[in-house]
Amino acid sequence: MPLLRVEGLGIDFGGLRAVDNVGFQVEPGEIVSVIGPNGAGKTTLFNMISGAYQPARGAVSLDGEIVTGMVPHLLARRGLSRTFQNLQIFQKMTVLENVMVGCHLQERASLLADLFSTPASRKRSAETRAAALKLLERVGLDCAADKEASSLSYGALKRLEIARALALEPRILLLDEPAAGCNAVETEEIDHLVADVAKSGVAILLVEHDMKLVMRISNHIVVLDRGEKIAEGRPGEVSRDPKVIEAYLGVQPKEAGGHALG
Amino acid sequence: MRLSSSKHLTLLVLAAIILIAPFGFPSNFYYRIGSLIFVNGLAVTGLVILIGFAGQISLGHAGFAGIGAYACALAPQYLGLHPALAMLLGTALSAAIAWLIGRPILRLQGYYLAVATLGFGILVSMVLANEAPITGGPDGHEVPELGLRKLLETIGLDLSNAQFWYAFTGLFLLAGTWLALNLHDSPSGRALRALHDSEIAARTVGVDVTRYKLSAFVLSAVYASLSGSLLALMNKFITPDAAGFLHSIELVTMTVLGGAGSVPGAVAGAALLTMLPQVLTVLQDYEHMILGLIMMLVMIFMPSGLVPSLSRLLRGRT
Repeated sequence: MPLLRVEGLGIDFGGLRAVDNVGFQVEPGEIVSVIGPNGAGKTTLFNMISGAYQPARGAVSLDGEIVTGMVPHLLARRGLSRTFQNLQIFQKMTVLENVMVGCHLQERASLLADLFSTPASRKRSAETRAAALKLLERVGLDCAADKEASSLSYGALKRLEIARALALEPRILLLDEPAAGCNAVETEEIDHLVADVAKSGVAILLVEHDMKLVMRISNHIVVLDRGEKIAEGRPGEVSRDPKVIEAYLGVQPKEAGGHALG
Repeated sequence: MRLSSSKHLTLLVLAAIILIAPFGFPSNFYYRIGSLIFVNGLAVTGLVILIGFAGQISLGHAGFAGIGAYACALAPQYLGLHPALAMLLGTALSAAIAWLIGRPILRLQGYYLAVATLGFGILVSMVLANEAPITGGPDGHEVPELGLRKLLETIGLDLSNAQFWYAFTGLFLLAGTWLALNLHDSPSGRALRALHDSEIAARTVGVDVTRYKLSAFVLSAVYASLSGSLLALMNKFITPDAAGFLHSIELVTMTVLGGAGSVPGAVAGAALLTMLPQVLTVLQDYEHMILGLIMMLVMIFMPSGLVPSLSRLLRGRT
């Protein structure tokens, strides 16, 4: 059974069919990328899957359970985690605290215990701290743990967001343009990180503009154009697909020829 | 480790100030100013949790102070409760009301939440002013003696009335500060601060944003209610002004001046706004003008509030 199944998903914004009839599946440990020209509906699709938007049509299921339009904090409990295209960092908290918030569900916080700083509450905080430090090490930010998050560089914030998303111990991770705005070195770091996470059995759904990155690490690619799925398959197949080439270059496939996306 | 030691340091400094300050007091009047600072500081600490941690505004928290105050005035008379129990009843009532009204109004954001809470505060002060047969109306109502001072006297601890209230309210402020500092670095506190910075990201990592906002609202209402009860018991008299719009605004101003996100800032803000009018009375006609000017200057030159700005200055702007 696939971990994530999306069927016939669609949403309209004031009469415009932003996304229509999109469907695909993601298996555990698999990296599936959603690509398409600007305005194709990739982020809208992400927002529907992650509960930020209510889809008008279609269904999303996680491990066989229908979770269409479920609020984000309940999806988090079911093991779905995400990052954002325009970073959503807790700017006024430290780098370490950002990741510690990611452990929120494992902490099972109790307000009264926290107010009185009971031994149980302190123990939970200490455990969270240790787990968060390990994650910061994994993304190479352990030396910045006590800095305020707003002082980090853009590329570092991208990695911090991934660390926070991983703190949930997700079964599926949605990454919305994790390499956008990053330089070549930072992109490569994120590339390794994503591959490494997938190897540990987490399913990954990726939206990314960096075609080299997508072609290199994806097991499977879904191509959107004007809100509809126009192609799907392995990286090699998709990059040769005439419909995909037309969507990207806006010319007849015969004239464009071969491997436009290679 | 670093955070927990700064927590203990804050508590230690606050306790030391409360203990040492009386040695410089020329008269009983200063004990009274001190007690007023502590009572205001307690309510403001609650608002630091609501405004500073969770990022939710309230312009009606004096309403909860009014509920706490009038519980101490009315419950002994009509229900025959001891004032201490009346205080607990007021706290429970405030918490219940905060829970009930918080559910619908905390869906609102920013200005809309401000206006909704403002409405609640005005409602409470109107009820207290208009139900004259029960509450005494705008003329106020007397509040019975707490009786704890007499009890302390029998065990040989002889304090003047002003000294007793200074110590008693000081203990409440210390306890309130301790709880707020605990909360700041706990799992719940992190969840609150996270939803302040980005609600969508907090939801995404599994924080039940609605529940946490409501918790902060109820908790801050409890602080305000206790502050109102203490004020009523200390003055042995209460008027609807305790629940009034001006008192709500005063509390929020103290919170922001002190530094909304900072627990010690609550005490600093309360101290500044409680003491300044007393100090400035020598200026007579210009008192309010200078007070307003000082508030504006603090906000212009210390936009994050007294305590955060000063501590950054001390650390050498790192």
